[in-house]
Amino acid sequence: MSGIVSYGAYIPLWRISRDTIAAGWGRPSLGGERSVANNDEDAVTMAVEAVLDCLSGVEREKVDGLYFASTTAPFREKQCAALVAAAADLRADIITMDFGNSLRAGTAALRAAVDAVNSGSAQNVMVVAADCRLAYPRSDYEQNFGDGAAAFLVSKSGAPVATVDGSYSVSNEMYDVWRLDKDIFVQSWEDRFIIEHGYLENMYKAVSGLMKKYSLDMKSLNKAVFYAPTARAQQTLARQVGLDVKTQLQDLLINNVGVCGSAHALMMLVAALEDAKGGETFLLASYGDGSDAFIIKVTGQVIKARDGRRGIKGFLNSKRALPSYERYLSYRGLVEAQPGEPFRLFPSSSASWRERNWAIRFHGSRCRDCGLITFPIQRVCYGCRSKDNYEEVRLSDKKGKIYTFSLDSLAGRSDDPMVPHIVIESELGNTRIYSIMTDCDPSEIKIGMTVEMTFRRLYEGGGMYNYFWKCRPVR
Amino acid sequence: MESIKDKVAIIGMGCTKFGERWDAGLDDLAIEAAYEAFEDAGIGPEDIQACWYGTVTAPTTGLGATHAANPLKLRIPMTRVENWCITGHEALRNACFGIASGMYDIVLALGVEKLKDTGFPGLGTGRGMGPVLEARRTSPGSFALIATRYFYTYNLTPEEGKITIGKIAVKNHNNGSMCPKAHFRNKITLEQVLNAPIIAWPLGLFDCCGNSDGGAAAILVPAKIAKNFRKDPVYIKGLGQSFDPLLPHVRPGFDWLTWEALINSSRQAYEQAGIKNPREELDIAEVHDCFTSTELIIYENFGFSPRGGAKEDIDAGFFELTGGLPVNADGGLKCFGHPVGASGLRMTYEVYKQIQGKAQSPERQLKDVKLGLSHTFGGPPQVSAVAILGRELG
Repeated sequence: MSGIVSYGAYIPLWRISRDTIAAGWGRPSLGGERSVANNDEDAVTMAVEAVLDCLSGVEREKVDGLYFASTTAPFREKQCAALVAAAADLRADIITMDFGNSLRAGTAALRAAVDAVNSGSAQNVMVVAADCRLAYPRSDYEQNFGDGAAAFLVSKSGAPVATVDGSYSVSNEMYDVWRLDKDIFVQSWEDRFIIEHGYLENMYKAVSGLMKKYSLDMKSLNKAVFYAPTARAQQTLARQVGLDVKTQLQDLLINNVGVCGSAHALMMLVAALEDAKGGETFLLASYGDGSDAFIIKVTGQVIKARDGRRGIKGFLNSKRALPSYERYLSYRGLVEAQPGEPFRLFPSSSASWRERNWAIRFHGSRCRDCGLITFPIQRVCYGCRSKDNYEEVRLSDKKGKIYTFSLDSLAGRSDDPMVPHIVIESELGNTRIYSIMTDCDPSEIKIGMTVEMTFRRLYEGGGMYNYFWKCRPVR
Repeated sequence: MESIKDKVAIIGMGCTKFGERWDAGLDDLAIEAAYEAFEDAGIGPEDIQACWYGTVTAPTTGLGATHAANPLKLRIPMTRVENWCITGHEALRNACFGIASGMYDIVLALGVEKLKDTGFPGLGTGRGMGPVLEARRTSPGSFALIATRYFYTYNLTPEEGKITIGKIAVKNHNNGSMCPKAHFRNKITLEQVLNAPIIAWPLGLFDCCGNSDGGAAAILVPAKIAKNFRKDPVYIKGLGQSFDPLLPHVRPGFDWLTWEALINSSRQAYEQAGIKNPREELDIAEVHDCFTSTELIIYENFGFSPRGGAKEDIDAGFFELTGGLPVNADGGLKCFGHPVGASGLRMTYEVYKQIQGKAQSPERQLKDVKLGLSHTFGGPPQVSAVAILGRELG
């Protein structure tokens, strides 16, 4: 029987109060706050964060599959899973797949991973879902949506945190929420119709079908982890299927994160595991063009698994407030930021391909003769001139301290005009790394401050997105 | 290895007015610099046997030495050189080797840069380090890394640090105010420096050099025939140049204060010139003050000040016109800006004129200048060039 042996999550640092969004339009606020991806984040970079969180304490060489799910993949043609796997420094001889187009993509990837591991076609599959959907400015969805990611490692061996003991799905053809191939913003039909005949009807079918298939009683459930577009819809569903809203319903993360698309059900499952005890039973159900429902059994490992990972709780507590609605619009590309100093060097596909081991995998070279570690990879050792005699070492998962820095007001975008240039001394071999700092208050930067690495989208140029690593204050 | 000392002489130099030369293209700047040098040497373009031409950001209208050959109508061997911010010195250095080898008797070293046709105020981003490391890197952002680490190493508060480097800006502007060819000719106060907008913390507006157009030129001949052309030729005493081998940003163990390129290039030139104590023996130094933090560390890497002792010398006015070793007597890059290909030759022009006692505007003329140094420094990774000039043979 396969199981979830590790989990991880990611919520961007930035939150915006719904009152701030509402004030921009003179509309009522839905209350609370939502997460907002930074202007250098997208579904791929958030997925990398969640995968790295999930990999803590895991031998990543054993991972032999990565399934990426999103409705906001940055590429129409080009796999995100391969990029996420490379940034996470996973092996190259693994299965990679992208799941998309549906809000159910996250649970579809989870089910596919469980099936792959159960069938023996893979041993350890990483499932990651990430989304940052755009809603029309002024719409309710704009306040309602959030940005985030979750990851699970599904494995046949090892001590599971939870097992997936059953599943049941229904499929449904309907225009309820959708984006055409050319759409930027989520479209939808009238709310009462899509909740009643879309969400409630299909969730009810999947949940009751699952309970019937496995002859389970609602009272046996410790938590129902129900995706929902709103808290009200979630509670209506809970009452329809006979759950106690107060005790059995997993918090929707609506008040503090927002609805994170295809990642949302998995993020809620991570949050549920963070409060679970061994022996508990969850019902996980997602929605989107139908519904996927799962029986999840929590094991005693769940307590130990919390060590060393941030999960939903850790990232929820680590936050900064976006000061204005305008900043949100700019971070999400809805108003155009003045780009800052023009870039003269655009990415070159062939050059990026040659540099992938240091630029994406973030490897340095360790000289086999004198042991000196240098970043980026050096063929001739800086210390002893030994030629082509090195091994690659990963620096992305190492913290470092600021050796020197400057705060550049020339080169930034107009929505982030100050660029902190940071020279880092890594905890691995005092390796020097140069990077830009993101997700920070520049006035707090000082020599000696501890930083960690984060995979980001630097800019668009030459028809490509240019990804690289930045640093940030430890979250 | 032989020394270059006393093998080559400069018999003429030219330097354009530096500034936002909306009126002048690369061709015009080349003509302005070269024809002043021809006149100064008492020769014509037809006498030039070879040319080394330095420019960095050449426009798409011509690569190679096009922008020297076209306007000057030269039909001779011409070589374009580019080596970061030391490009002007590279034109001079390679032209010296052309003379010293015995291959040519009269050569032109020309450095020209047209920065103000690009539409933005700084040097911009996107050079040197490749698309990912270079993204949003700028020159002030990188040179400010030196200042931050210097302040930290020598326990200067940000305020003390900014005052220390701010005094360099005040000094250079005072010198530049007396220099007709400088871009900026305004005197500034320390208070203005400290209150100026921040460009890249800790560097403010007045800690950064301007962005200017300009050109400069030198005519070189073998030292032994120099007096056939003029009674006061200036002799090449030493030429040093060195690279650092890896980007400072990622160099293992690098302290951001000890620059091998600076140390090596100055040591080579001192040895050739026979200089044991540059602080005492040099009468003038034109050094690469692209940022005030750069001039600060040059004092210490060139042996002008002991390590960590630059602040004391700055406070004592040691590098001012009336001090023990005047540095950037013409206002430096601070007042001339840094048209990259021109700077090394522009600084050499100042040393040449000071040695001859012909500094532009007599109030700036230093007394009895026998030995002077010009220097440029660029990158990353860093490259540094030093030229030492002398009044007398031997």
